[in-house]
Amino acid sequence: MNTVVAGITYRALLGRRRIILLLLLPLALIGLAVLLRLFSADDQSTTVLLMKNFAIGTMLPLLGLIAGTGVIAPEIDDGTIIHLMSKPISRPVIAQTKFLVAASLLAVFAAVPTYVAAWILVGNEDGIAPGFALGSLVAGIAYAAVFLLLGVVTRHAVTIGIIYALVWESLVGNLLAGARTWSIQHWGQAIAAQISDSPFFQADVSLSFAIPALIIVTVGAVLWAGQRLRAFSLTGDE
Amino acid sequence: MKIELSQVSRWYGNVVAVNDVTMTIGPGVTGLLGPNGAGKSTLLHMMAGFLAPSGGSVTLDGTKVWKNHHIYRNIGLVPEREGVYGFLTGWQFVLSAARLHGLPDPIEAARKALATVEMEEPKDRRVETYSKGMRQRVKVAAALVHDPPVLLLDEPFNGMDPRQRLHLMDLIRTMGTGGKTILFSSHILEEVERVAQHIEVLVAGRHAASGNFREIRRLMTDRPHLFMIRSSDDRRLAAALVRDDSTGGITLRPDGLEVQATEFRRFARLLPQVAKTEGVRLHQVSPADEDLESVFSYLINRSS
Repeated sequence: MNTVVAGITYRALLGRRRIILLLLLPLALIGLAVLLRLFSADDQSTTVLLMKNFAIGTMLPLLGLIAGTGVIAPEIDDGTIIHLMSKPISRPVIAQTKFLVAASLLAVFAAVPTYVAAWILVGNEDGIAPGFALGSLVAGIAYAAVFLLLGVVTRHAVTIGIIYALVWESLVGNLLAGARTWSIQHWGQAIAAQISDSPFFQADVSLSFAIPALIIVTVGAVLWAGQRLRAFSLTGDE
Repeated sequence: MKIELSQVSRWYGNVVAVNDVTMTIGPGVTGLLGPNGAGKSTLLHMMAGFLAPSGGSVTLDGTKVWKNHHIYRNIGLVPEREGVYGFLTGWQFVLSAARLHGLPDPIEAARKALATVEMEEPKDRRVETYSKGMRQRVKVAAALVHDPPVLLLDEPFNGMDPRQRLHLMDLIRTMGTGGKTILFSSHILEEVERVAQHIEVLVAGRHAASGNFREIRRLMTDRPHLFMIRSSDDRRLAAALVRDDSTGGITLRPDGLEVQATEFRRFARLLPQVAKTEGVRLHQVSPADEDLESVFSYLINRSS
């Protein structure tokens, strides 16, 4: 963790229009929760549906994409990353710092709003709000790592990331039961289901699979991103 | 400190960008001269640890440069691309460089570096409001902030106005005299000549020549020259010129003579003498190939 790298990364992400993107989805989630509350649809089954399909199913992967690629891909694109990499700081430390920034942003912009939205609907009933908040936090951390890696390995990170977030995580994961085993959001749901004992919510993936999977994916992606940065090459200027 | 390149090559697929280059860059100012696309940036990126050589080795005082972030304690890099965070002020940008280096007194170091490039006055403006020359100077300040013994600059004078250019040239010369190892790339001979004590010429990825600017100049003037000559009697002049060894060949054209001179100096003395003895009046003598491209193409043929 390098505080100068973190500071510049926060400023790059929060100082630009990207922050609007980061705010849009959580505001929509809380807005939906308020609407459902106003129309008295604030029962557990609706809440679980909203959390599963929107909060963790749609918002989280998209925010993961914005934050995870956003901490590094634009800098690689415009060459500003050279400022950080031409310093006596190990590249894996740069990758780890960028990962921590992305993960912290997901905690603030995804996990907290998830808790708030669920709480607006059902309070702390049956552990739904804390469960989904924790599931969202843990899955968000994994997304931050995966999308950071994507931002390091390819210049088409956003395109590939959107396809992954929408097609794989949203569509395939919902249609094919087998695909859920290999879906970060379903690992997050496994954590959420562990905390929540709502009768309307069951996870598709077992906790004994989800926890090691989350750890391996997160640690693996951050380490790999660090190794890729070590071999970062400047090309194509001539 | 010394940067040593030993049989360094770099290729991209089938394209060879740098071909078997061996050179040592020592203290003082070295100019890396070559036309666009010669592989200057590729070579400089390999020296700066931002590109792996496909073959050969690049070392800084004996330690490998590639995948070694410790070298940046000793190297300052000014890349050609902008590479400056537009949302930071000049001060914040240079200060961040000082902090990234973990300097004991980053504020004083940043202040000093900005003073060196004369950027104290606009330092509190955001970098995105700077002109290209100002951005360039802020980049130089960030590269100098830790007072590195080695400084690498990729086309540093591009986009600078004449005054800024002179100032940076002075700065580079002063630092070179002070014992730093400085390498900068350029495609303009005059620029290199004015700043560098030593010149390395790179043409089409190959190390075409090496020496001080006098040696490079001589190399370039001793090559065969092509002159366009118009006179009162072209045919008579041609017949007289061709008798001397310094004339390689003559083409009689409707608009004058095209003379290939193999020895520049001798031909330069010969022409007026011959014209005088033959009673021919010279209307025009102009070099037909003084542009850098033809100089470079000569060097390519010479080195192959």
